[in-house]
Amino acid sequence: MWRDNLRGIYYIALKDLKTYYLKGSAVSWGIVFPITWILAFYLRNPQDFKELVPGLIAMTILFSTTATETVVINFELRLGSLERLLLAPIDISAVLLGKVLGGVVFGFVMTAVATIGSVVMLGLHPNVLYLIIIIIPSLFVFSSLGAFLCLTVREVFEAQTLLNLPRFLMVFLSGVIYPISKMPLALQYFSYLLPLTYTVYGLQLSFSAASSKMVFLYTLILTSFFMIFTVPAVMLFRKKFE
Amino acid sequence: MENVIYVKELTKRFGDFTAVDGIGFEVRKGEVFGFLGPNGAGKTTTIRMLTGLSKPTCGSASVLGLDIKSEIINVKKRIGVVPEISNLYDELSGFDNLLFMAQLYGVPRTQRKRRAEELLKTFRLYERKDGLFRTFSRGMKRALAIAAALIHNPEVIFLDEPTVGLDVVAARSLRNLISNFRRQGITIFHTTHYLEEADLLCDRVAVLVKGKILTIDTPEALKSKTNKKSLEEAFMKITGLEPDVMAIEKGK
Repeated sequence: MWRDNLRGIYYIALKDLKTYYLKGSAVSWGIVFPITWILAFYLRNPQDFKELVPGLIAMTILFSTTATETVVINFELRLGSLERLLLAPIDISAVLLGKVLGGVVFGFVMTAVATIGSVVMLGLHPNVLYLIIIIIPSLFVFSSLGAFLCLTVREVFEAQTLLNLPRFLMVFLSGVIYPISKMPLALQYFSYLLPLTYTVYGLQLSFSAASSKMVFLYTLILTSFFMIFTVPAVMLFRKKFE
Repeated sequence: MENVIYVKELTKRFGDFTAVDGIGFEVRKGEVFGFLGPNGAGKTTTIRMLTGLSKPTCGSASVLGLDIKSEIINVKKRIGVVPEISNLYDELSGFDNLLFMAQLYGVPRTQRKRRAEELLKTFRLYERKDGLFRTFSRGMKRALAIAAALIHNPEVIFLDEPTVGLDVVAARSLRNLISNFRRQGITIFHTTHYLEEADLLCDRVAVLVKGKILTIDTPEALKSKTNKKSLEEAFMKITGLEPDVMAIEKGK
């Protein structure tokens, strides 16, 4: 049974990558959008650009993993092709995890490009272990968040609108551009409820010379967020087809 | 004769609406079983329950001796389903669609390509194997959807309104294919509201109206019982739709 599910997850992700992710629109939304955003801030204050790198990577993770989620879920739901997957001899959770994994792999490639590009161009020396243990769970968190939100609505345009709300909220309140410590106290507390905050904190640690056990705590928190989004997403998915 | 589908008191409710109302029937190994009824009778809902797409509200059913509630994954491994809509992937080619289905169903790696090519040849789609699904005609899409359902050599095939929207040639070719399945001993569960098609193909038919089965018998027996020449007339009489049709005809 678990072998069938693993096989299903792998091939669904592969199919989604081939069918939807390797398209210009997905690539541009996943990488061009965060780069344009950061460039705007760089032009305003070039001296602080190195400090923006964790934010650039965090935004790339967020936007690339959720770039095509509405298509792989809502569009397929509408066309009926998602139902075709549910006829296969795998558990419904494996279908959803396959969808999430597609976003993760695409996000990983986009994030690797942004990270390697920043490191090489700016001559940075990040802690690679920290980078890995922050980026990987973050990719799963935001891909599962996208899947969860998409499953709460039916139409593609509804899902896109709904996804923009947490995306922009997190960009402004998770320390991507503006430091959390400089925000009003109420917003600082609120930012701790947002998963991107832990991605940014973890990435900031990865690019600082200091060694800190906090990075492991951030990994744990991010893993918990993944569970928080995935479990209700699977429940919603089951309910839709019962 | 061995029963491969066994249904008892199967019910599906959506809120206050009862789509399938305590139906029961058996389908024998190797037969073509027609599930007939007007639109909204509960045919597709029944197929969805038997293929694991929807959970029954109550009642029980088994396919190939496996319970549809507790062993649905094992059921899915041994059945093929052709849904009412040809819902394959527009952005994949005909060949890639079949290959993806073979991967999902766990067809051994060494056999996937060969099996997909065989099916493309059987359905006369081989010349278009690299064409994207979205460029296919409706008949070609239907044919590929059926090929996809056969990729893992299923023992039972569920066909939901397979000839809807097909032209005369494509529909005829599909009927020939169903006859071939029967010769190969594959069990077919076939929903349709084309009664001529059911008369030609089915060994037995069940007539479903408003979620309830009114009768199950061979097409010949139904015609004889109702003293009608065609299955269509027999169906009208059984379902009580005959007076409506006569009223429409009088209105002419």
